[in-house]
Amino acid sequence: MDIIKLLEQLSMQNGVSGFEKQLSEFIASEFRQHCDEVQVDHFYNVIGLKRGYSTNPKKIMITAHYDEIGLIVTSIDEQGFVKFSNIGGIDSKILMAQEVIVHGSEELFGIIGAKPPHLLDESQAGIAVKLEDMCIDLGMSVESVKAKISIGDTITFKAYPTELKNSLYSSKSLDNRSGVLTLIMILEQLKGINHRDDVYIIATVQEEVGLRGAEMVAYSTKPDLAIVIDVCYGDTPEVSEDEAFSLGKGVALGVGPNLHKGYTNKAKQLAEELGIGIHIDVNPASTGTEAWAVQISRTGIPTVLFSNPLRYMHTMVETLSIKDIKATARLSVELIKAGVIN
Amino acid sequence: MDSIQYNALEQHKEERNAIEILKQLTEISGVSGDEDRVQEYVCQLIKEYTDNIEIDSMGNIIAFKKGINSKFKVMLSAHMDEVGLIITGYKDKLLKFKSVGGIDERILLNKRVSVGDSKIPGVIGAKPIHLQKKAERTKPIGIDSMFIDIGAEDKKELERLVPRGTFVAFDSKMVEFGEGCIKAKALDDRVGCAILMDMIRYKFDFDLYCCFTVQEEVGLRGSAITTYRVEPDIAIVVEGTTCSDVAGVEEQFHTTKLKGGAALSFMDRTTVYDKELLDFIKNVAESNNIKYQLKKTVSGGNDSGRIQRSLEGVRVATISIPCRYIHSPVSVMSKEDFFSSRELVRAVLNEINNKGGVNYA
Repeated sequence: MDIIKLLEQLSMQNGVSGFEKQLSEFIASEFRQHCDEVQVDHFYNVIGLKRGYSTNPKKIMITAHYDEIGLIVTSIDEQGFVKFSNIGGIDSKILMAQEVIVHGSEELFGIIGAKPPHLLDESQAGIAVKLEDMCIDLGMSVESVKAKISIGDTITFKAYPTELKNSLYSSKSLDNRSGVLTLIMILEQLKGINHRDDVYIIATVQEEVGLRGAEMVAYSTKPDLAIVIDVCYGDTPEVSEDEAFSLGKGVALGVGPNLHKGYTNKAKQLAEELGIGIHIDVNPASTGTEAWAVQISRTGIPTVLFSNPLRYMHTMVETLSIKDIKATARLSVELIKAGVIN
Repeated sequence: MDSIQYNALEQHKEERNAIEILKQLTEISGVSGDEDRVQEYVCQLIKEYTDNIEIDSMGNIIAFKKGINSKFKVMLSAHMDEVGLIITGYKDKLLKFKSVGGIDERILLNKRVSVGDSKIPGVIGAKPIHLQKKAERTKPIGIDSMFIDIGAEDKKELERLVPRGTFVAFDSKMVEFGEGCIKAKALDDRVGCAILMDMIRYKFDFDLYCCFTVQEEVGLRGSAITTYRVEPDIAIVVEGTTCSDVAGVEEQFHTTKLKGGAALSFMDRTTVYDKELLDFIKNVAESNNIKYQLKKTVSGGNDSGRIQRSLEGVRVATISIPCRYIHSPVSVMSKEDFFSSRELVRAVLNEINNKGGVNYA
């Protein structure tokens, strides 16, 4: 498997929270190459099943969300400039001079612009540019804009995947297409392994707007153990090294009330035995990931959290290490292999 | 195919070729003080059309096309440099930088850059919104709190790969979009360079000098010395200029309008333009049905300021191509304005040729 190529494909595709249908087909086709069964539910969660050998198998569910943050058209002004709002958490400061694709009746390239700096009055000095003060320039007349796009059309960021030094990789939507890549790598590695339990590999929707896909699939799958794969903070200036981790040094293992102590310790022990690098990602309450929703599904589901450290989260230059994705996939496979559920 | 169809096809081919040259020009890194690669590209393409090419101590190109009777000299000027960044130091695994030329700091976050001669890819990231305190969320991030990430392991690797003083350009490929629009970096002023590269192909009665200047963005430096070398009778600056006809800006502040045609300047921060020369150009535009507009505000400035005050004073005009989001990796220009401006420069040269100078009457 060409990992870089697959990550590039995943990152370049578009699927803003609530609008994942098109991307679900690509992910389902990837899952089908490795799974015994693949289903896509009403909300476009993609559910792959890889059966274990046991006649009375337990269920392990591994989820990674595949939706992405984006924008949505709210109005079109008399000159044809497009006003927008955000879907998911977006820092308005990163949007200036950004390239976007508006998904109207066709895909339209546009630029996010704002009032030039020399025309700002003094009251605006020292205040970050606001979402409502920006607009998208499609380089078209107002008539053409109105003929091609409507209020409620989604807007995604233009992806420019870039390989950096030391196996680092930068692109949009690595939160959490890197998790989806991890899922596919797990599936591929499970091929040669005789595992006892049934493994449900699930790419979920609508995480960025409130962990919604995970809530649905935890209920429908009813697993005995859940592994959530997401991203966590990569080392960034001004951020404490206790909560943001070096890239390329391994998996960040979530600990705290949101996560199951026994299984987390088991994963930690396995990593140490096998020489897989880990960081301890301490979460005093919510992990801000699907683990928060999954843990309290039905009568409760023991949940562990494996994260790939990621710099510049929720920007178009999210950056992570390919080495960490490999480590996360490996630790997940080892946990499945170990047959840890009693 | 009749001749009209044939001409239209030829014109289309020629225009595609001009856009392709503009694409290549904009995609070259050439921050002020680091114009070598642009200089090389320009020289290579114009060589066969010129009688002499001189490169001066700063790196300006002075391309000479001898006239039939050489009675006087016309100088065209466009600058090769673009705004960008320069590496000033290191912070752990990241690079610290300052801007070269005027850049709106608000546009730097979340961008891809190309570092140094070997074009090492880098990104300018930001602290995630999730980790920003409430007060941080509404405060702009200054350039001192931004860093370039090339994926280095440590400072040692950075020092080896990216010495202090390395130039950094935006990484932005040209895109054609919308209705005849182009997005690119460095349209200011590769668009002017593209027009000069076209003009040098023609032969006139007068001597034509095309100057491709350096360091305009850091204080009109290159043009300060080219004029002394050329000693022109008339000079025309061809520029990419601001275009603020965007949402949220009142009409009176629209410097120029996209698709409004070639922009002519009457005054800006560096120059009060020669009224007769401006009227001459307006007349040429009108009699040739070339779309033009007046640049409505008096902000900004360009090489004209230097040229006008060189020697005992030089008559100068500026013909500009409107560019939205100028000095950013995503400047936007209309192809229509580019071709109008090119046609106007050509028509002005023809008229100067026919009249044997600019008529003062």
